Amino acid sequence: MNSYTGHLLSLILFTPSVAALLLLFFPSRWTAFFRWATFAASLVPFAVTIIVWSGYVPATSGFQFTERMQWYAALQSSYVVGVDGISLPMVLLTTLLIPLAILASFTIKERVKAYMILFLLLETGMLGVFLSLDLLLFFVFWEVGLVPMYFLIAQWGGANRNYASLKFILYTVGGSLGLLLAIQVIGVVSHTYDIGSLMQTWPQMNQPFMGIPAATIKAVAFWAFVVAFAIKVPVWPFHTWLPDAHTEAPTAGSMILAGVLLKLGAYGFLRLVLPLYPRESQAFAWALAALATAAIIFGALAAWAQTDFKKLVAYSSINHMGFVILGVAAAAWAAKSLNATIAVNGAVLQMFNHGLSAAGMFFLVGVIYDRTHTRNLSDYGGLYAKLPIYGGILVFTALASLGLPGLGGFISEFLVVRGAWPVFSLATTLSLIGLFFTGAYVLKALKQVLHGPLNKRWQGNIEEINPREIFVIAPLMVLMLVIGIWPAWILNIINQAVMKLF
Amino acid sequence: MQFPILSVIIFIPLVAGLAILLMPAGRRDWIRETALGAASLTLLLSFIVYVGYDVQSGGYQFTEMVPWLPALGISYHMGVDGISVPLVLLGGIVVFCGVLISWRVEDRPREFFAFLLFLGTSVLGVFCSLDLFQLFFFFELAVFPKYLMIVTWGYPKTREYGSMKLTLYLFVGSMVALLGVLAIYFGSAARTFDLLELEKAGFPLAFQRMWFPLVFFGFAVLGGIFPFHSWAPDGHVAAPTAISMLLAGVEMKVGAFAALRVAIMLLPGGAHAWAPLVLALGVVNVVYGALIALVQTDFKYVIGFSSVSHMGLVLIGFATLNKEGLLGSGIQMFSHGVMTALFFAVVGMVYDRAHTRDIPKLGGLFSKMPWAGVGFIVGGLVSMGMPGFSGFIAEFPIFMGAWQVSPWVAIIAITGVLITAAYILLVLRRVFFGELPAEYLRIEDVSVQDKVAIALLVVIMIGIGLFPSLISPMVQSGVNHVLSLLGGA
Repeated sequence: MNSYTGHLLSLILFTPSVAALLLLFFPSRWTAFFRWATFAASLVPFAVTIIVWSGYVPATSGFQFTERMQWYAALQSSYVVGVDGISLPMVLLTTLLIPLAILASFTIKERVKAYMILFLLLETGMLGVFLSLDLLLFFVFWEVGLVPMYFLIAQWGGANRNYASLKFILYTVGGSLGLLLAIQVIGVVSHTYDIGSLMQTWPQMNQPFMGIPAATIKAVAFWAFVVAFAIKVPVWPFHTWLPDAHTEAPTAGSMILAGVLLKLGAYGFLRLVLPLYPRESQAFAWALAALATAAIIFGALAAWAQTDFKKLVAYSSINHMGFVILGVAAAAWAAKSLNATIAVNGAVLQMFNHGLSAAGMFFLVGVIYDRTHTRNLSDYGGLYAKLPIYGGILVFTALASLGLPGLGGFISEFLVVRGAWPVFSLATTLSLIGLFFTGAYVLKALKQVLHGPLNKRWQGNIEEINPREIFVIAPLMVLMLVIGIWPAWILNIINQAVMKLF
Repeated sequence: MQFPILSVIIFIPLVAGLAILLMPAGRRDWIRETALGAASLTLLLSFIVYVGYDVQSGGYQFTEMVPWLPALGISYHMGVDGISVPLVLLGGIVVFCGVLISWRVEDRPREFFAFLLFLGTSVLGVFCSLDLFQLFFFFELAVFPKYLMIVTWGYPKTREYGSMKLTLYLFVGSMVALLGVLAIYFGSAARTFDLLELEKAGFPLAFQRMWFPLVFFGFAVLGGIFPFHSWAPDGHVAAPTAISMLLAGVEMKVGAFAALRVAIMLLPGGAHAWAPLVLALGVVNVVYGALIALVQTDFKYVIGFSSVSHMGLVLIGFATLNKEGLLGSGIQMFSHGVMTALFFAVVGMVYDRAHTRDIPKLGGLFSKMPWAGVGFIVGGLVSMGMPGFSGFIAEFPIFMGAWQVSPWVAIIAITGVLITAAYILLVLRRVFFGELPAEYLRIEDVSVQDKVAIALLVVIMIGIGLFPSLISPMVQSGVNHVLSLLGGA
């Protein structure tokens, strides 16, 4: 592997940060420059991801495009990165959503320089989680991504941003403490942080540590990992940071929060929890399935009850990520069976699809908020007549998030249900009832925004969706449609990896 | 004979300080420039030592040895190992930044800069000393400058109380340590103060167990060990900015370092026996210190207690007596030194403009002092142990070490991270964001000298955060030697 193709992943990972560093030296009043420069810079990781995607060989097992370099030798931790069929779609999702989110951020008027720099640093943090093949490095990127998001919410967010941002970061950091402790123990016991080798050795580890039996260590570490990732996904009942954070974040912040950050937690389950703790995962899979079902049902019911459009979409994220966790739980219980493979395929595809639809929905909420300066559903009404293009796009995106057959969400939800049904029949049945409520809240939102008599407030002028905004949402819509009618281009990559791992 | 670079590093500040005292009081420009020149030279030379230290060979390097009072076993013996080299660099950095931060001092700058530099000589001397008498000499050299600087240039309302408390408390601590030091001297067969020989002295186990607490706790008082820590918040807060930077940033490390060099390395049997107690006290430092910082309303007291909390991590690392814990402590001494110097510098910048440290009265200062704001943010992230910064590089191995000794220590101490995150973010928001009170509309941004200091400290913390190999192999080599004295890893 020559030195160019040998460092593609590092290029993807660090271009945003290098760009952020360079932007530091330009005067802050050049707002237009910062917007376009950041947008252009964010296209580089996306372009390189496409190159990696086309060079990726699905049939090969293991990680590809790997790079290894000494980092913290004294602790046996190295800079190791690589992609497989699970992480590559996530990288694509991230490098796709960031440019769109930056384009969506062109309406930000204050302190644009700081905003853009933070966004680029955020991108590196998230990509690092998906690319890391060293446990310590994983944790580094896991935590680092929190800081830019904290500032994005706290500085450019809504009225309740102080509370929401502090809750977001303290909740997530608190949950990560257990993960940190568990990683420390793994390092002390195994003398390595290399995820590849830990996947072989850690499940077999049976030596007592400090007088504590191995089974206890592993059980406690398992729960520490689970709690940290469960907070991020979020799995009910660790979800309470999400509605506030998503609602108070600026539009693009919510797009990335829902579109990518939540996937970090789910990715943690698939990359770390299930491979490192197969026995514990199996033993507690029922609990995970129960919580996933709770997320699906309560998330949908809570969304249905909302009067704030943005909060409705926020709760919908809890609802949709529940399916991901249901798939994970099924795979945990029925490890190495066909059902597990199908369920995880569904879970990963759902992660990708939800990334698209959630980002799209938050963006569209932002579009209408920019015009009406309210998020209260009862303040809208009959907007379809005034904004037919926006209306059509909103219907499309909402139905995609609903899982309408023909659009991507259906494929992933179907796969999850197909995989989970033989394994956790009760949970799956209840989840389908939850899906019923999903339809309810989506249709309710559409009705309140678009249909009915035109609300008198908007009788004057209200701008239709403009070309820049269409440019943001169009790629998402195209992908949602393509995945719905021809999922093979992505499902094949996911499936080949999942078949070998789960 | 090789160039005595360590002696030069140690005595440049002293010589420059004396020269400054001879200058006319009105020539502020000569005074400041001499001080800056001396500090820059010291920093440069300490950096040369840092890159010149041969990590592969390890051991004590750049040694200088001149018998002084052979009859009493006292010699002039200098040398650095992998643990003290970063601390020497730290001393150079903090003195340099302290001079820059103090650029606008109006009240008797001649005496101010002179005594600041004397403090520099004292700390550098301790780090380089390989003779116990000499170490103690340099240790005590700091007492008078500390007292004088706090009581003369400190915060008027509390400087007398703060300086008295700090000086008397530390004095008692060092007297206790002196008893132990003398016991070591008289207990050694060779009746020597030379550290290298004392390392091989092989004191009886009962002797070690008896004298270790006196030496360790005597020196660790300066390190801020609970319950002997209460001099630190009052003393640091009362001190003028540059002295707070030096006190919290370097002096506390002098105490911890001396506890390591003299107590742990010379009395390893005693260290093993007393480690559980130190471990427990360290945990109290971390959690209790953080909780108290959380409830402070005075900006500077938040930082003062934060220092107590972070030194607890150093103590925990020491008490693990294993490879990872000691590695982490060595890095933490450096990382925390840089971080707290930055914190106190920022606090000073805020106070100089707002003339209050009362958090409820502050707010929105980021718009007026963005550099200070960014500096505080970076310092805050280091303080929280956020990965990507030097604090994480230091804290992670400390916890790995703690796990090998007592899981409960690791589990309880990690809560300090969360509490720290809480108070840092709250203080950050309350001081730098939110509404800018009307009376601060006209305050000016920080000066060029302030910006240089902030930039230097920030770059160091991020640099180590991204590239731990800049410091960890160095500290590792020093730790290996300590482990050999303790009887293996």
